[in-house]
Amino acid sequence: MEAATRDAYGEALVEIGEDERIVVLDADLSSSTRTKKFAGKFPERFFNIGISEADMVDIAAGLSLAGKIPFVSSFAVFLVDKGYDQLRNTIARGNMDVKVVVSHAGFSVGEDGASHQTFEDVALMRVLPNFRVIVPADYFEAKAAIKKIAFEKGPFYVRLSRPKTQTVYESEPKFEIGRADVLREGKDVAIFACGLMVGRALRAAEKLEEKGIDAEVVNVPTIKPLDEKTILKSAKKCGKVVTVEEASVIGGLGGAVSEFLSSAYPVPIKRMGINDIFGTSANWKEVLKWAGLGEENIVKIISTFVIS
Amino acid sequence: MFPELEEISYKVRELVLKMTTHAGSGHPGGSLSATDLLVALYFKKMNIPHLSSPERDRFILSKGHACPALYAVLALKEFFPEKELFTLRKLNSRLQGHPELITPGVEAPTGAEGHGLSIGNGIALAGKLDKLNYRVYVLLGDGELDEGQIWEAALTASHYKLDNLVAIVDRNSFQLDGATKDIKYLGDVGEKFKAFGWDVIEIDGHNFEQILDALDEAEEAKEMPTAIIAHTIKGKGVSFMENNDEFHGKVLTEEQLKKALEELEKQRRKIKEAK
Repeated sequence: MEAATRDAYGEALVEIGEDERIVVLDADLSSSTRTKKFAGKFPERFFNIGISEADMVDIAAGLSLAGKIPFVSSFAVFLVDKGYDQLRNTIARGNMDVKVVVSHAGFSVGEDGASHQTFEDVALMRVLPNFRVIVPADYFEAKAAIKKIAFEKGPFYVRLSRPKTQTVYESEPKFEIGRADVLREGKDVAIFACGLMVGRALRAAEKLEEKGIDAEVVNVPTIKPLDEKTILKSAKKCGKVVTVEEASVIGGLGGAVSEFLSSAYPVPIKRMGINDIFGTSANWKEVLKWAGLGEENIVKIISTFVIS
Repeated sequence: MFPELEEISYKVRELVLKMTTHAGSGHPGGSLSATDLLVALYFKKMNIPHLSSPERDRFILSKGHACPALYAVLALKEFFPEKELFTLRKLNSRLQGHPELITPGVEAPTGAEGHGLSIGNGIALAGKLDKLNYRVYVLLGDGELDEGQIWEAALTASHYKLDNLVAIVDRNSFQLDGATKDIKYLGDVGEKFKAFGWDVIEIDGHNFEQILDALDEAEEAKEMPTAIIAHTIKGKGVSFMENNDEFHGKVLTEEQLKKALEELEKQRRKIKEAK
């Protein structure tokens, strides 16, 4: 089935919203982030703060200090980049029970262009102590992740996207924080992917098989804390590693995997993602292709890397 | 007159100067301007049955650099031992250079300017949701009003009709680099809050009668937040520190401390005689 991770969020909020501690805040993008669904069901516990992301993040902090479980949402670029001082100095420093769930991450806002797209958020959120960083692969995993983190104490960053994509799972998987999921076993190369790139990695693996390359595909939804055990096992088995993400190749999943393996088990690593550039206007799939994350290019880069 | 509050204020000022000189760094000037406001809140106005009671009144020190005054007040309230004040800014101390949640009685981590009013909005919204009658007091610096977030928060508070929220501006007219009028002219602060939909009260921030009247009056404002513009003197209580921005982020030398303590003692004796 085709579905968007943001839709999973809206639906999950309505489910968990039965718990009266749950409150939701948005900065004038509730129809896009799907928090509007919660607002419709629980209007007294929804706060539209207007276009004031810094204020919104600290308001969430205040609500959590008073015992609420706030979910705070906007587009990734606005929430993280405009609210970063607040995410750092209040939420992370205070280790607060605030769930930061963003939508339209990566290039998924497409035509709106570079001002609205995000590549830096994963790296920015990963360096904040106390924050755990989650990038679900599809609708089902997003739903499971939201329901899981709601009642797990402490701050979380969950990165969601706009487009409807083919789901990777057939139903809600059992989501465990810090657990990666080997979706396809292989021996020639280990592909670690997150977010909407997991589906692409799986399809790339099928094409690679036609070329005689046996690729292992691992979904790594939790960028922090990293599932070091699973990553080490796959790296040891395959001897070559590729990371694929819709975020900067600096500091994101690729950065995390490289940092870990460089000391635990050094192997050649190819990081695929957004190559230290701003995006451009076009539909999501076109921008991905333009940035080198088109499915054909993923296959090409990986096969060259494996053969070399 | 409130001689008992004045007595506490002198004690707080003495502790602020002693502990910052002992620490070797800190912000004594803005701590002294805020002292009387803190003393009025904690020793007369606020209701804190215990530190974790859901219905307790909350205080947020948005101008986090004035924490030596807050720490002294919290110690005098016996939330932690007074001797702990002399661990300020030292390794493994619960009294950090700017407020952290590890300090008993500190309600929010602050220090970077501009955050406190938004945090106060959140606690006030929760109070409304839970139908608890606690009140939320946020102490802002006037230099801090340069931050855009303060004005985002000011709009939110009036939009959500947060009449359980009181912002107190410590209007000492100085910031780190000099007079507020020279760094970034603020104009009429009270008029600005009024324009943002707030009830506004202007007072002398060193006059207990005016401070307490204003805090009472703030409870009468319905469906709107209240801003108390407290006109204060930076370095209040020590002649050579008053209105001297040199002591924003610089502590007294041992010699200056001795002189300052003598001055404070003299003033304290005067109050005792007047009693």
